[in-house]
Amino acid sequence: MDRFLWTSGLLEINETLVIQQRGVRIYDGEEKIKFDAGTLLLSTHRLIWRDQKNHVSQFSASVLGLESLRVFFSFLAKVAKIVVHLHPAPPNKEPGPFQSSKNSYVKLSFKEHGQIEFYRRLSEEMTQRRWENMPVSQSLQMNRGPQPGRIRAVGIVGIERKLEEKRKETDKNISEAFEDLSKLMIKAKEMVELSKSIASKIKDKQGDITEDETIRFKSYLLSMGIANPVTRETYGSGTQYHMQLAKQLVGILQVPLEERGGIMSLTEVYCLVNRARGMELLSPEDLVNACKMLDALKLPLRLRVFDSGVMVIELQSHKEEEMLASALETVSEKGSLTSEEFAKLVGMSVLLAKERLLLAEKMGHLCRDDSVEGLRFYPNLFMTQN
Amino acid sequence: MHRRGVGAGAIAKKKLAEAKYKERGTVLAEDQLAQMSKQLDMFKTNLEEFASKHKQEIRKNPEFRVQFQDMCATIGVDPLKAGKGFWSEMLGVGDFYYELGVQIIEVCLALKHRNGGLITLEELHQQVLKGRGKFAQDVSQDDLIRAIKKLKALGTGFSIIPVGGTYLIQSVPAELNMDHTVVLQLAEKNGYVTVSEIKASLKWETERARQVLEHLLKEGLAWLDLQAPGEAHYWLPALFTDLYSQEVTAEEAREALP
Repeated sequence: MDRFLWTSGLLEINETLVIQQRGVRIYDGEEKIKFDAGTLLLSTHRLIWRDQKNHVSQFSASVLGLESLRVFFSFLAKVAKIVVHLHPAPPNKEPGPFQSSKNSYVKLSFKEHGQIEFYRRLSEEMTQRRWENMPVSQSLQMNRGPQPGRIRAVGIVGIERKLEEKRKETDKNISEAFEDLSKLMIKAKEMVELSKSIASKIKDKQGDITEDETIRFKSYLLSMGIANPVTRETYGSGTQYHMQLAKQLVGILQVPLEERGGIMSLTEVYCLVNRARGMELLSPEDLVNACKMLDALKLPLRLRVFDSGVMVIELQSHKEEEMLASALETVSEKGSLTSEEFAKLVGMSVLLAKERLLLAEKMGHLCRDDSVEGLRFYPNLFMTQN
Repeated sequence: MHRRGVGAGAIAKKKLAEAKYKERGTVLAEDQLAQMSKQLDMFKTNLEEFASKHKQEIRKNPEFRVQFQDMCATIGVDPLKAGKGFWSEMLGVGDFYYELGVQIIEVCLALKHRNGGLITLEELHQQVLKGRGKFAQDVSQDDLIRAIKKLKALGTGFSIIPVGGTYLIQSVPAELNMDHTVVLQLAEKNGYVTVSEIKASLKWETERARQVLEHLLKEGLAWLDLQAPGEAHYWLPALFTDLYSQEVTAEEAREALP
């Protein structure tokens, strides 16, 4: 182990990386030393071991210095090892991890495998001796490490290197991901084409596809996220799943609805249900489709759409029209109210308060005063007083 | 005399042929349905494989999400249509966007009393990120737009209004027509607008400008400043962020929901 020297890990100009392998432990002869988890890099000129946890800690040996290699497999040992014999260090060698050692060889233990390929490449490099044809800086050839003046740069340089490698790794991941994504999309497109063909057949020959098959088809479309081109609906755009969901909603919403005076906007329902679920959330469309089935399934809740487009869920027992009578009372008591004021008094959301007041106006109970200061409702005296 | 194509025999023959064709047609569609079922299973496997390798990519990388969404749109697939769709289940895209929807609703509700239900995409982005905390996945403005588009199905009055180089998000069913939108766009520069400015830039008459501004005031989207130098300024709180020196925490946002 005394034949290595500390290095910055930066490759020289004519030096290229050949192969690297993570999870390599290095032994001084037969002895375990502290360098137990590292990345082993092979370049055209050197063998570099870099600590996986602390990238700044790395040392190298010139490949010139490799005397011979042996791969060591043992049936008893779980991990394959490569034994590397090194030439003795020259007297002017720069400092390294070990000043002296009685061993002339090191063992590399490949905990994450990769030893076969690494061995192959290392043997290749030793045969090809590319370092002879590609001269690098004097310092490398002389087996000298970084000059004293450059030692301070090692830390930053190590960090930069780490960032660069991370970037390369990320880029590689992304391009692979994009490639895989494209292949996936091609297959998805085939599904879309197939579904279009089936849909047109269904359209042309109404009644030849059984109800069951139509339902199956709809569920296929839903799984893929393909819009349903068949307009013939029996249960709205719902499926078995939505029917189940509708029934579940009754259970979830009964109490909250009662607490809120029997009526909730669909936005509130969406938030409430999804917050309760935590995962496997409902899409807005899922919710709407399920709610559309409430009436058909004769469940105790119903979906209602106001003129303004606001959608609410009501208890079947809730009669909004009856609420209007009490709304009128409240407004009369106060003389006049805006939606905000009414909402606060009654304990409703402003949105629903506004809808109620608008409905009351529609029924002729209230009159509006529309000014810059806002929309204010008064009891409709035209009706009550002649 | 044998005349082709007429007579009871010919009619019967025709009916038989039609029936046979019909039968074939049914079988064909059934065949296709069976084929689709098989292909669906295979696709599910492919998607699982993709997910096992790249699920993290989708969740961590906003750019990748954009690519993914665009590709889906091109082939005619909506990965966010259903919570139980393959895409949501295996890639987790669904949960990501549906939860984002909830967070958007909460933020808009919490800030409504200040901006009348109109907020810039930037402000919304900031507030949502705050609510998500520092360990949450990165959320981009594109993600917000997609989530909002989905929310429209709830009939909430969510709409996206382009102004300047960005967007205003409307979260209340206030009616904003073209005139209102155009004035909002004009106001984007300075955060406020005046009658003269409208008349000069848009070449409207005073009355038209006044009506629009009054509507914005009524809806709570604009504030009237009578102490401004010169003429009255109509400020749009949605368009300036200095006002929001106070943070809206996730708790406050949740409490805003009745």
